[in-house]
Amino acid sequence: MTTNQLTKTDAKGTVPGAPLLEVDNLHVEFRTRDGVAKAINGVSYSVAAGETLAVLGESGSGKSVTAQTIMGILDMPPGVITKGEIRFQGRDMLKMSGEERRKIRGNKIAMIFQDALSALNPVYSVGFQLGEMFRVHKGMSRKDAKAKAIELMDLVKIPAAKQRVSDYPHQFSGGMRQRIMIAMAMALDPELIIADEPTTALDVTVQAQVMDLLADLQRERNMGLILITHDLGVVADVADKIAVMYAGRIVEEASVHDLYQRPAHPYTEGLLASIPRLDLKGQDLYAIKGLPPNLMRIPTGCAFNPRCPYAQDVCRTDVPPLHEVAPGRGSACHFAKEVLDGNRG
Amino acid sequence: MGRYVIRRLLMMIPVFIGTTFLIYYMVYQLGGDPISAMFGDRGADPVFVAQKRAELHLDDSLIVQYWYYLKGLLQGDFGTTLNGIPVADELKRAFPISIRLALVAFAIEVVIGVTAGLIAGLKRGKFADSVVLVVTLVVISIPVFVLGYVLQYFMGLQWGWFPATATPGDPTWEDLILPGIVLGSLSLAFVARLTRTSIVENIRADYVRTATAKGLPRRRVVTVHLLRNSLIPVVTFLGADLGSLMAGAIVTEGIFNVDGVGRLIYLSVTRHESSTVVGAVAALVMIYLVMNLIVDLLYAVLDPRIRYA
Amino acid sequence: MPEYEKDHEHLPTGSQEQPGFGDQEFRTVALADTEGMTVEKTDVYAEPAPGKPRGAWGEAWRELRRSPRFYVSAALLLLLVFMALWPGVFSSADPNNCPIVDTDIKPNADHWFGTNTQGCDIYARTVYGARASITVGVVTTALVVLLGGVIGAFAGYFGGWIDAILARVTDVFFGIPLLLGALVFMSAFPEDRTIWLVVGALGVFGWMQIARIMRGSVVTVKQSDYVVAARALGAGTPRILMRHVLPNAIAPVIVVATISLGTFIATEATLSFLGIGLPPTEVSWGADISSATTVIRDQPYQLFFPSLFLSVTVLSFILLGDAVRDALDPKLR
Repeated sequence: MTTNQLTKTDAKGTVPGAPLLEVDNLHVEFRTRDGVAKAINGVSYSVAAGETLAVLGESGSGKSVTAQTIMGILDMPPGVITKGEIRFQGRDMLKMSGEERRKIRGNKIAMIFQDALSALNPVYSVGFQLGEMFRVHKGMSRKDAKAKAIELMDLVKIPAAKQRVSDYPHQFSGGMRQRIMIAMAMALDPELIIADEPTTALDVTVQAQVMDLLADLQRERNMGLILITHDLGVVADVADKIAVMYAGRIVEEASVHDLYQRPAHPYTEGLLASIPRLDLKGQDLYAIKGLPPNLMRIPTGCAFNPRCPYAQDVCRTDVPPLHEVAPGRGSACHFAKEVLDGNRG
Repeated sequence: MGRYVIRRLLMMIPVFIGTTFLIYYMVYQLGGDPISAMFGDRGADPVFVAQKRAELHLDDSLIVQYWYYLKGLLQGDFGTTLNGIPVADELKRAFPISIRLALVAFAIEVVIGVTAGLIAGLKRGKFADSVVLVVTLVVISIPVFVLGYVLQYFMGLQWGWFPATATPGDPTWEDLILPGIVLGSLSLAFVARLTRTSIVENIRADYVRTATAKGLPRRRVVTVHLLRNSLIPVVTFLGADLGSLMAGAIVTEGIFNVDGVGRLIYLSVTRHESSTVVGAVAALVMIYLVMNLIVDLLYAVLDPRIRYA
Repeated sequence: MPEYEKDHEHLPTGSQEQPGFGDQEFRTVALADTEGMTVEKTDVYAEPAPGKPRGAWGEAWRELRRSPRFYVSAALLLLLVFMALWPGVFSSADPNNCPIVDTDIKPNADHWFGTNTQGCDIYARTVYGARASITVGVVTTALVVLLGGVIGAFAGYFGGWIDAILARVTDVFFGIPLLLGALVFMSAFPEDRTIWLVVGALGVFGWMQIARIMRGSVVTVKQSDYVVAARALGAGTPRILMRHVLPNAIAPVIVVATISLGTFIATEATLSFLGIGLPPTEVSWGADISSATTVIRDQPYQLFFPSLFLSVTVLSFILLGDAVRDALDPKLR
């Protein structure tokens, strides 16, 4: 697929690693008593070691569901994987045994959640929860695990780690808690980190610190990073490439630079236009009209067509495939060229 | 913590006084003259009546009477029965039996209740879940006295699994299994449902997902993370329930002839042994209040987010 | 219903706010969430289908009509209420006509449920027994809602020392289990026991939970932004409270009241079983079960029928309360 070619042409022009993780044509739906919600409809992307892929989209676009499916923590039922492969270091994880997958979780692929307060168990000390990684995966003793936990807390720059190792999650500030989440993800030196909105729940001032910490650690350890977010601002500084998701599909894929310069999909264009800009102070802020689609009744053709200023009849009948519109970038729009050239149809 | 305990203990005083006064009022005042009630239609020996009246300060106002009673109570004097036996002795004999019965019921309710609730919660919407829900609903709906007789009839008399009635005076542990099942059944149903609800609430909690994402084995995710957190409300229920199990045994102890506090209270009520009734209830209230305090403290131990100041 | 915050940053710090541990309270707590099939909605379901906005009650009613438990319990209860009002429709036999020659007849075409040791027709007695049970249940519940509602509203509205005293009084009554309290209460009236005395005994020891709910709602509403705002604009507090407290409190009160109704019926039967409840002149399931226990070895059917009716009645109220609670609880919707 297009995505694989995209990976090979690395945005920075440095020597690309072999893909660490490849998601290939993934389909996931939720079967409930109210109907079937098609959450993911053919998502493909890949991440190499040392690379940061940002997955951008509104809530309900399927970005978190994709991450949960990779992680193997999707609620099944109601979730069902109907199609696709998720290859980690070349092997399809969806075909692995439960025990094999468990050994990858936390060990090779780790995840950072949005809200650290609810993601950490309230009744155990952070030391216990960090140490658990070593005790379960490495069979360490309680004492050694605790020493490791303190090391980790030092790594993520939590002051007075030795004293605070026995504290409970609620005794830390939001930023510190997210650092603990990061420490937990780093514990076993994984190959890949999936960060699901890691800074959304934090104060703006703390967001940058936490993001920098994450980016530094990723660079140091040459890990792959999938950064899921709805915040274009977070993406700009740290990501190598961006995949924009809408209604369970990737609608645009590009390097950060290209995407910010000239979007190749009307949805991305709308997203960029709705960022407040200092140079346009005083003007009305742009908003994409309409609402995200109900996943039980995704519009036929291009899912974005009811909200799209470029929409023509073909958009209401044919699903546009993700195709290469310029070297190293793809768009799933019938009128990608027009969007790219800035000619509104 | 210490200050909190002291405050709670101080707050127990008015509740204890209020509860015992309420019982005292009902027994000695509400039904008219307790001495004539004791004897019913038979005429009583006037000398004895006068002596009894003086002993209970019945010619004083209710408040004064109660004051004397409370003073005695604080010195461990629960009064005497009609036959002149100290009520305290009766309680000392009956309480260990009731406590033993309560422990049997408690053990059954914890082991079976939590297990059933855990299974139902994990298999939510499946067959096992429906079975647990239906069975607990039926158990909750059948009054204890019906269940008691039915189980006594089948398990005790027909099939002979357990002794149908307890050895008078000093029941063995074996004697108490069947009464324990009956006494614990209602609470067992509650424990199962409470555990199930709690598991269902927590099973999708973020921290459970985190535990899975950490690569912990499912067994560890369920026991160390899910169950540990879900049991917090269950444990608080269990604590308070241990206190009420003893009070709730009136019917069960009657059916199985267990000579515990419940039977003592029931017999005393029917025989108008006023001082025994008040004494036994006062003791039960005390246990209940102390259990509640323990439960509150336990809560803080189980959930580190709670701080008592 | 009170909504508990997900992060427990504001958990109660003193016993003033601690929930009580009376046996009654646990019935509802333990019965929480019995609907096994509801699937939580996650963020994948975007926005709800467009349609006319409905009020909370309309939603609840709609939800209720989807619940099989509601239909089963409502049908059973209608039947029982009908039986209580017009027992003659169901049975032409006189429950108190007990020819001694008819003693201990097994169920047959003439006596569907057989006869008891006194020779009374068990079917007739079971049908007529519904009246006492339903009456005690309904009247006691009404009494308890009134008593608890007033006490709770009083405590919540005035606050301060009045609240503190009423809280202690509630604690005092919570300290005495329902059956124990009612037993002692009834024993004070050995001679003139009536059905209303039983109602009184149960009511006196059964109002506390309603009071706590009521107090909670009043306090919540009193502190809510719109009441504070309305007061700032000069509206009288009592009027605001009347307008807002009742709609807020009514849902949990209905749930607790329905489930308590079953409890009251069961407790009345227990008292009658112990020979200290309804007077012997009333036809009562509890008393009939009690006399049937003496012949359980030879005539188990005598125990079976009144027990079945009693259990089904209690079950119906619990089911109804359950269904209503699930319908009213927006978390499950």
